Amino acid sequence: MKIVVLVKHVPDAQFDRHLNGEGNTTDRDESILSELDEYALEAALQLAEARGGSKAGNQVIALSMGPSGAVNAVKKSLQMGATEGVHLTDDALAGSDAAATSLALAAAIRHLGQVDLVITGMASTDGETSLVPAQLAERLGLPQVTFASSLEVAGGSLTARRDADTSSETVEAPLPAIVSVTDQINEPRYPNFKGIIAAKRKSIATLSLADIGVSPDQVGFAGSWTTVTSAEERPPRTAGTIITDEGDAGIKLVDFLAAQKLL
Amino acid sequence: MAKVLVFIDNPGAALKKSSLELLTLARSLGEPAVAVNGELTDAVAASLAEYGAAAVLRPSAQDLNDFLVAPKAAFLANAADNTGAGVVLLDNSPEGKEVAARLAIRLNAGVITDVVSVDADGTAHKSVLAGSYTTACKAKTPVSVLTIKANNVVPEPAAAASAPETVTVEVSAGTVPAARITAREQKAASGRPDLTDARVVVAGGRGMDGDFGPVEELADALGAAVGASRAATDAGWISHDAQVGQTGKTVSPQLYISAGISGAIQQKAGMQTSKVIVAVNKDAESPVFEIADFGIIGDVFDVLPQAAAEIRKRKG
Ligand SMILES: Cc1cc2nc3c(=O)[nH]c(=O)nc-3n(C[C@H](O)[C@H](O)[C@H](O)COP(=O)(O)OP(=O)(O)OC[C@H]3O[C@@H](n4cnc5c(N)ncnc54)[C@H](O)[C@@H]3O)c2cc1C
Ligand SMILES: Nc1ncnc2c1ncn2[C@@H]1O[C@H](COP(=O)(O)O)[C@@H](O)[C@H]1O
Repeated sequence: MKIVVLVKHVPDAQFDRHLNGEGNTTDRDESILSELDEYALEAALQLAEARGGSKAGNQVIALSMGPSGAVNAVKKSLQMGATEGVHLTDDALAGSDAAATSLALAAAIRHLGQVDLVITGMASTDGETSLVPAQLAERLGLPQVTFASSLEVAGGSLTARRDADTSSETVEAPLPAIVSVTDQINEPRYPNFKGIIAAKRKSIATLSLADIGVSPDQVGFAGSWTTVTSAEERPPRTAGTIITDEGDAGIKLVDFLAAQKLL
Repeated sequence: MAKVLVFIDNPGAALKKSSLELLTLARSLGEPAVAVNGELTDAVAASLAEYGAAAVLRPSAQDLNDFLVAPKAAFLANAADNTGAGVVLLDNSPEGKEVAARLAIRLNAGVITDVVSVDADGTAHKSVLAGSYTTACKAKTPVSVLTIKANNVVPEPAAAASAPETVTVEVSAGTVPAARITAREQKAASGRPDLTDARVVVAGGRGMDGDFGPVEELADALGAAVGASRAATDAGWISHDAQVGQTGKTVSPQLYISAGISGAIQQKAGMQTSKVIVAVNKDAESPVFEIADFGIIGDVFDVLPQAAAEIRKRKG
């Protein structure tokens, strides 16, 4: 099987995150591989391993679009076990919204030739829109299976489970398809020593917009269909009253709610 | 007047409050038309008229629900062309956002999710980065597609009811590459308010140690929804649907009571825009206390039952 996994390099949520510059884009200084994309990578690795791994010709290609630092998301994916890495980077991509991102990623995926499966995370931890997988499916004309909490592939088609609020669904789609997976699907592995050493020998291809046949005005600030006109940081929440229970904290809690007219 | 298209998916027996909100918002932006998928009862048709729908668009195919998203987006794209809509409004549910995503590609339209309000010029307001920024966004395209968060508009019927015409929109589900839904299991209803739009949420974490009884007891005394941390849902103490946070639900109720939850960043991502936050935790060092308006350092098994009993007593 040939599987492409989309991995995004995002600001680490453990630190304060900021929007800045003319286009109010996210500051990417302290960035990591989006933790939700690790589930996508793990799902791909399990499918490849169940079919004999790379020795049997199975490919797991980690693809990231982003500035120079995004190569780290690709490197981490290689350490976890991806067989190849692709870094799509170009100055003109800066400021891309979901529509422009999906346009560039769709072109990059086409550039990689015939693939069986594209797997993504359920959402990027910075944009949090979950738009990219659905837009990619529309652009590539592939069936979309989003929010999969389980995934099986057999005989040219896939079966997945999705949990919605009022029901659980089983869905089927022919390959090739696009699947986004939730954090319920598996437990992502940590790169081990062997993986880290092996990653050093794996190649990372760098692609520019010219390589994938996209013109600069189709992406970035110029090609995006939306614009952020203003951004204001909310004052951080501050701690209020903290009390220690002396046997009557439940009553004091109700007094607080009554005073706030919340009862 | 600008044309606004509202998408209502499977309205059921009566329109949900969030659908009434969309219709009310649509009227403030222009002349509303409504695309309805699924069964359309007389009661729902009457509400659409009451809320001023100028037209009701229906898909020619009946099997849109058997597939994931793509045919619904195709239907809506044709409905938008048919009505000449400049704005399309959808629910901010996961499926609403996905239909919006695909529709936007079909219409070459900018899409903005998680919208809380829309100005007359189409500027949409939303918060990002787990509630740490509020932003204003705008589509640069002739058509904009917006998904609207519930509970941000007060539903109001039109000054005069309309007599909407019904229009059938051509769509054939079979021609769009889409995943097929082969089985659907209905989940049992909890009888409590819906977590995403509840006014009050009581959430429990690993500190509940397998027993959600005290959380449910306090929730019922307050008429609240029950939430949970991922530690509690992963342990199977409560259904995954109750999870609040980055990979669960985002809630912003009037009151969020956090019980036996440490306040990890992924948990905070789903609840820190709540109006008032109360935390009960026996560890004074828990990060949840940094964002709590009222914090109690104490044992959930003492504090929650005592508070529930006191509320019942005061309510008589
Ligand atoms: C990709 C990813 C996504 C995630 N998504 C989410 C998400 O959506 N939502 C989410 O919640 N988490 C999420 N998490 C998990 C998150 O990182 C934390 O692990 C989780 O929130 C911890 O849950 P907790 O606070 O209940 O447990 P803990 O961190 O173990 O905290 C338990 C707390 O209970 C207190 N306690 C124990 N006993 C008592 C008692 N008797 N009385 C009072 N207090 C007591 C302890 O002092 C402690 O503070 C995610 C993690 C990852 C990696
Ligand atoms: N710049 C990017 N590079 C690689 N993958 C991406 C990028 N942006 C989004 N994705 C993928 O799309 C998923 C959903 O992202 P989003 O639509 O931004 O919430 C992520 O989990 C990634 O798998």
